[in-house]
Amino acid sequence: MSWTLNAERVEDIARGAALLGTGGGGDPYIGALLARQALAEHGGITVVSLDEVPDDAVVLTVAMMGAPTVMVEKLPSLKEVMAPVRAVGEYLGRPVTHVACAEVGGVNSTIPIAAAAALGLPLIDADGMGRAFPELQMVLPTLYGVTASPLALADEKGNVSVLNTVDNTWTERIARVACVEMGCSVMISGFPMDGATAKAALVPDSLSHCSNIGSAILAAREEKRDPVEAIVELVRGRELFGGKVVDVQRGTTAGFARGRARIETGSGTDAKALELNFQNEHLVAKTETEVLVTAPDLIMVVDHDSGEPITTEALRYGQRVRVLAAPSDPRWHEPAALAMVGPRYFGYEMPSHRWDGSTDAEPAAVAS
Amino acid sequence: MHIGIDVGGTNTDAVLMDGRTTLAGVKNSTSSDVTSGIVAAIEALRERHSFEGSDISAVMIGTTHFINALVEARRLAPTAAVRLGLPATAALPPLVDWPDTLLEAIHAKSYLAHGGYEFDGRPISPLDPEELRGIATDMAANGIRSVAVSSVFSPVNHDLEVQAAQILAEVLGDSVAISLSHEIGRIGILERENATIINAALRELAGEIVDGLTAAVRAQGITAPIFLSQNDGTLMDEDYVRQYPVATFASGPTNSMRGAAQTSGLATCAVIDVGGTTADIGLLINGFPRETANEVKVAGIRTNFRMPDVLSLGIGGGSIVDPETAEVGPESVGYRLSTEALVFGGSTLTATDIAVAAGRANVGDASKVAHLDPQLVQRVLDRIAERVSEAVDRMRTSPEPLPVVAVGGGSILLPDELRLFGAVHRPENYAVANAIGASIAQVGGEIDKVYAVEPGRREETIADVRAEAVNKAIAAGAAPESVSIVDFDEVPIPYLPGNATRIRVKAVGDLDMNTGARA
Repeated sequence: MSWTLNAERVEDIARGAALLGTGGGGDPYIGALLARQALAEHGGITVVSLDEVPDDAVVLTVAMMGAPTVMVEKLPSLKEVMAPVRAVGEYLGRPVTHVACAEVGGVNSTIPIAAAAALGLPLIDADGMGRAFPELQMVLPTLYGVTASPLALADEKGNVSVLNTVDNTWTERIARVACVEMGCSVMISGFPMDGATAKAALVPDSLSHCSNIGSAILAAREEKRDPVEAIVELVRGRELFGGKVVDVQRGTTAGFARGRARIETGSGTDAKALELNFQNEHLVAKTETEVLVTAPDLIMVVDHDSGEPITTEALRYGQRVRVLAAPSDPRWHEPAALAMVGPRYFGYEMPSHRWDGSTDAEPAAVAS
Repeated sequence: MHIGIDVGGTNTDAVLMDGRTTLAGVKNSTSSDVTSGIVAAIEALRERHSFEGSDISAVMIGTTHFINALVEARRLAPTAAVRLGLPATAALPPLVDWPDTLLEAIHAKSYLAHGGYEFDGRPISPLDPEELRGIATDMAANGIRSVAVSSVFSPVNHDLEVQAAQILAEVLGDSVAISLSHEIGRIGILERENATIINAALRELAGEIVDGLTAAVRAQGITAPIFLSQNDGTLMDEDYVRQYPVATFASGPTNSMRGAAQTSGLATCAVIDVGGTTADIGLLINGFPRETANEVKVAGIRTNFRMPDVLSLGIGGGSIVDPETAEVGPESVGYRLSTEALVFGGSTLTATDIAVAAGRANVGDASKVAHLDPQLVQRVLDRIAERVSEAVDRMRTSPEPLPVVAVGGGSILLPDELRLFGAVHRPENYAVANAIGASIAQVGGEIDKVYAVEPGRREETIADVRAEAVNKAIAAGAAPESVSIVDFDEVPIPYLPGNATRIRVKAVGDLDMNTGARA
């Protein structure tokens, strides 16, 4: 069923997306403000559920590519949000009928809202991941043979480039270089799909899901209930650990923030610790003796009391946090998907551990 | 000798110091005008310990005037904001998320112009002098008296902000003050720009306040330089305050914490300031408050000031105690403590009654709490100790042992030993800790920029940045041999190749009392 998204709803969506973004995507404030401004200027947008999208629809994803830290300084303009969608439409020779989120998390959950408002297009209640991942090709449509290209990038200066590449990994490589040249904060649009493909390939109801999570956190706080319990129920996951952040180490490897955080609770013989490994997003949660959960399932860090999601950039010594795990879209556990977003792809030599602690079987040749 | 004065919302505290020794301390009510409270404070000091005006080498003042003016939206100048960044940033113009009351109070005008830089220092677009002259003409027509200029990535390169200010000043004349964002805030344009606009709106008031303070001090025969406390606990001179009043915003809690540390002789400690309604807990590291890492909202405006990170618990001397659960606060009888507490003949069980019943304090009529169940009294005190201990543990940044200092009238509620932390220090002059904090004479310099750190040149880059901060502190008036780095933070910027790294360094040294601050 379609619904109207107006400025009041943006806060909830941004908060829910910050949670499902599993630590990545940057501070959602600018993205939310951008969406609110666009909605105030152009009016509310229509959000349609995936099953309502006509089979012959022309669907594009819209996202920001680059460094969230740059975006908080070089703010976007709405023109630059519209330009890549129009460019791909022109390239295809067909008008774009719907836009969708590539991922939920940080700014990329709200930029498509601004794009839909500015372009006057309906937004699909769905996204390409059901969470956030760091690279462009890491979306479920890739598994369905949808190519990222033609993919357009636009900067604020009016530069627009349309990439036509041999596969999605090449799109990522070329787009990343162009992005840096264009000032490290660009708007992109691509993954053209017809409606039938979108129905098969996207994760349904993600915006409603984010909105529900956001409003549940606020409602629990107002009613003096535990917001974290409300989250666990909505994401159908479990609480892994609660404690104090005692160490955060960061470094930049090939343009991505890799790091480790250690969370402790208790003292003496009761002392327990959890280690998180992250590369923008949280990818591995483990104790000293065992791996608990890895990507592609969701590892989320929230404030101990308020349930406010904490990004990996905002993790600080001394914070009291709770760590939650939840299942990802089941398609992420297929072998081809694990090759793209499993722990080994990110450099962790271990099989994928699901949110409940079970592991995914791997081909014998890969296991070590 | 030097004088420290803290002008708070309720009280004006003053101390006469000889080096780090407190010669006299006084507490007065804050006056509605700037001058008479200062005059009364200095005269009261003179009564306690006589001195000549020429004996005084410096006067340090902490004040809440400026933050109060913003919160109350009064005495603000008609202010315009210009951002250099077109064609970028157009979707979120200056003043975008401000509360309507403040927009009206400053008769706000918002402009976007060409200019700005990329993260790596490349220009986004050149400055357009004609465009800026047109904007200045429009400002003049709208009665604008103060201007904030911001530019995209001005923490990386501030040349365009300076050039734009010159062009605007040519049209607007000298009477219109211009505040530049790179001098005020850090990376994060909306927050930096907001702080700059607040600063601009306060500049007329800053002139009045500084004139008033100076006149009051000079009337006492004191010719020594006058300094004001900044958010980070360092000092700025009169001219600096006229230009950057916003830098005084969080000096209240900062001075309280630094004063507590100084009187207890501890440089690294947790400070618990227990008042009537709340217990405010902060952390002092090497004599300076640990600051919040996140954005701070002031009067509903998002900024990135460096503010002390303070955790407030609803536990104070006036907190209401539930006799069933032994839980304390957050409701408080507040200033009605002297009529509503049991020991003062009232009918409300407060935390102060519990302290009296336990023999920790001697106020009011102890016989009025003699009937309290000793077990209840103990449960309440245990609960307070437990909550405070947990809150201090939450604030600390490492598992190292950490001394705890208690100040404020409500600190009688705290035990002599705190779980996890051991003995609680209770300094003697805690009642005037704020003024002592204001009197600590240190000045600093801070650098916060994004650097492209070339492979193998990390150490060299960091050394350059550290040297730059040290030089800035010396330029602000620090004695060179006393300057040291008190804060260093290095954060790689994700999604950016080329090891783009945000480096933040703060250097601080003792004020050279012979030459004075030159900030």
